[in-house]
Amino acid sequence: MSGIPHDHYEPKTGGEKWLHRRLPIVALLYDTIMLPTPKNLNWMWIWGIVLIFCLALQIVTGIVLVMHYTPHVDLAFASVEHIMRNVNGGHMLRYLHQNGAMLFFFAVYMHIFRNLYYGTYKTPREVTWIIGMLIYLLMMATAFMGYVLPWGQMSFWGATVITGLFGAIPGIGEALQTWLLGGPAVDNATLNRFFSLHYLLPFVIAALVVVHIWAFHTTGNSNPSGVEVRRTSKEEAQKDTVPFWPYYILKDFAALAMVLVVFFVLVGFMPNFLGHPDNYVEANPLVTPAHIVPEWYFLPFYAILRAFTNDVWIVQLVYFLSFGIIDAKFFGVLAMFGAIAVMALAPWLDTSSVRSGTYRPMFKWWFWLLVIDFFVLAWVGAMPAEGIYTWISLIASTYWFAYFLVILPLLGVIEKPLTPPATIEDDFLAKNSKNKGASATRATPAE
Amino acid sequence: MPEMIRKLALSALTALALTAGGAQAAGEGDTHIIDYAFPFEGPFGAYDRNQLQRGLQVYTEICAACHGLKHVAFRTLSDQGGPALPEDQVRAYAANFEVYDAEIEDFRPAAVTDHFPRSGLDNAPDLSLMAKSRAGFHGPYGLGINQLLHGMGGAEYIASILTTYTGEEREEAGTVLYGNEAFPGGYISMAPPLYDEAVTFADGSPNDAVSLAKDVSAFLMWTAEPKMMARKQVGLTAIVFLTVLSVLLYMTNKKLWMGVKREAKSRANAQ
Repeated sequence: MSGIPHDHYEPKTGGEKWLHRRLPIVALLYDTIMLPTPKNLNWMWIWGIVLIFCLALQIVTGIVLVMHYTPHVDLAFASVEHIMRNVNGGHMLRYLHQNGAMLFFFAVYMHIFRNLYYGTYKTPREVTWIIGMLIYLLMMATAFMGYVLPWGQMSFWGATVITGLFGAIPGIGEALQTWLLGGPAVDNATLNRFFSLHYLLPFVIAALVVVHIWAFHTTGNSNPSGVEVRRTSKEEAQKDTVPFWPYYILKDFAALAMVLVVFFVLVGFMPNFLGHPDNYVEANPLVTPAHIVPEWYFLPFYAILRAFTNDVWIVQLVYFLSFGIIDAKFFGVLAMFGAIAVMALAPWLDTSSVRSGTYRPMFKWWFWLLVIDFFVLAWVGAMPAEGIYTWISLIASTYWFAYFLVILPLLGVIEKPLTPPATIEDDFLAKNSKNKGASATRATPAE
Repeated sequence: MPEMIRKLALSALTALALTAGGAQAAGEGDTHIIDYAFPFEGPFGAYDRNQLQRGLQVYTEICAACHGLKHVAFRTLSDQGGPALPEDQVRAYAANFEVYDAEIEDFRPAAVTDHFPRSGLDNAPDLSLMAKSRAGFHGPYGLGINQLLHGMGGAEYIASILTTYTGEEREEAGTVLYGNEAFPGGYISMAPPLYDEAVTFADGSPNDAVSLAKDVSAFLMWTAEPKMMARKQVGLTAIVFLTVLSVLLYMTNKKLWMGVKREAKSRANAQ
């Protein structure tokens, strides 16, 4: 499967040979589990396992929750309370599912920013990156529809605001919004289709995860040095890699256990910390909450959506040039989806010949500024769109686009990168002799 | 290892910063919530059974006149980790309420399997989930991390509403509004419901207005989160076992990689 030379599965017994001729499933599993993996992966390469765990957790808890949930505007809220009060272990199932979504997004952001730092999206891993972005988009759609199901105030009003975005599309917008909602407003039809899709999409995500893994098993894993595994001979490849089992499976499980300790602090002692109190009030179309705030994982992009208002010159310019078709509202929607689109295009926007940010002295600063920018956007996304916050969100949104559209392409030309190590083996060695080397130099004066 | 600690610290920081925003929007307004102490706060906090029983009495004698608890079944009053009333008392208590039975097309005394009645007044909200649908405080700096020790402040919010009437009154569109420091906007349409000795407890527990407010708020925290005790137990068990598992897996991993690292080093020395 992988282009890295390594030992393959050889059926030995009669039974194994019999099965192998008909279905080489053991060979597939063997090659997947024994995949040669770069030796020098650091602890930022553990989020994949956390993400797979989250998907499994969400699917398992979700399937059981569905057994007790009723998707109807009059009964949904009460059925969630039924789960919380009467179903055996129901309160745990629901809190695990609710907070599982939080862990899922936390891990996916760690995963995405790790890739942005180490430049792993660059050739030949563009397809892995694009599939990852598709998974991320589907996660957002799934989480958004899942949040509607308890039918609380934030469920209802969040759905109203977000589906309203589609209404901003010129011409077809209103018809599209009605089609999405199944009626003129968020109602029973909306709840039912969201329920149906919320159940369906995780399985689409699961399928894409398989493709995602397939893609990077074909190109080989990325690694912090950005240097490729040597493929000229099996001996050289073995110097750069270790088999995934047991080396990385154990490391991943260790990391997962540590992450889960924090997760259970959340689930056990502050399960509603990341939720919104208003969602414990049943949906009421006649009462609008004082602030409609999306879940935290949407906040950065929500800030970008709201940043571009009528008084921004670029909005006015686009309005003028498009003969009034692209107004401020539609501009905001385009900006929000555009913010993810430019990220997806990173493989082609990043012109640097060096992958890893470790060897890019200027890039590092811009990258950490992007991380700060992400937090700033999340923060203003939760603030009312008024006063100083509109300015902050405009500046922060601008930086988000500037990073991908201007800084990444320019840096590749301007910046003079350091020389990465020649091989992964060298990198691994340098990292692991660092401590010993330091003590050796410290010992030198005494000699 | 230091690398990992740095990464984990970074992760934690990320989580905090990300949640700060949403949290801040939740606890807004220039209202004043008094941070009353409740026995169920913190990771090891537990409901005080006697307090819940007193709160039930305050609810029954005062709140129930207008408010309802539609999500709460009478039978849960005998749950362990809750008020834990004896079953015969729960049966007798339920029988005080009348429910409409569609099967017999008439009212009948409530059974333990029935739920508390709904609110009797249109503008009196149902109280089943009130303690979870209001966040009294979200500190420090709107981060909400102190929820771990203090809870979300729902019970404190209710107790503050009950104890911070200013005595001012205002008429608006034919309704009298009462000045209240804890209610958003400063005026609430509920007349002050509690006063000293409004309820008398059989065991002679203090029945000044503040004590009554705290007791009924604790009871309403239980109606909102009846499985809190079970949840904390699961949390604690999971944390203990996962911590042990983390340490074991970490050490196994270290041992496993030792060979790889040693081999790489010897190869480097040979070169």
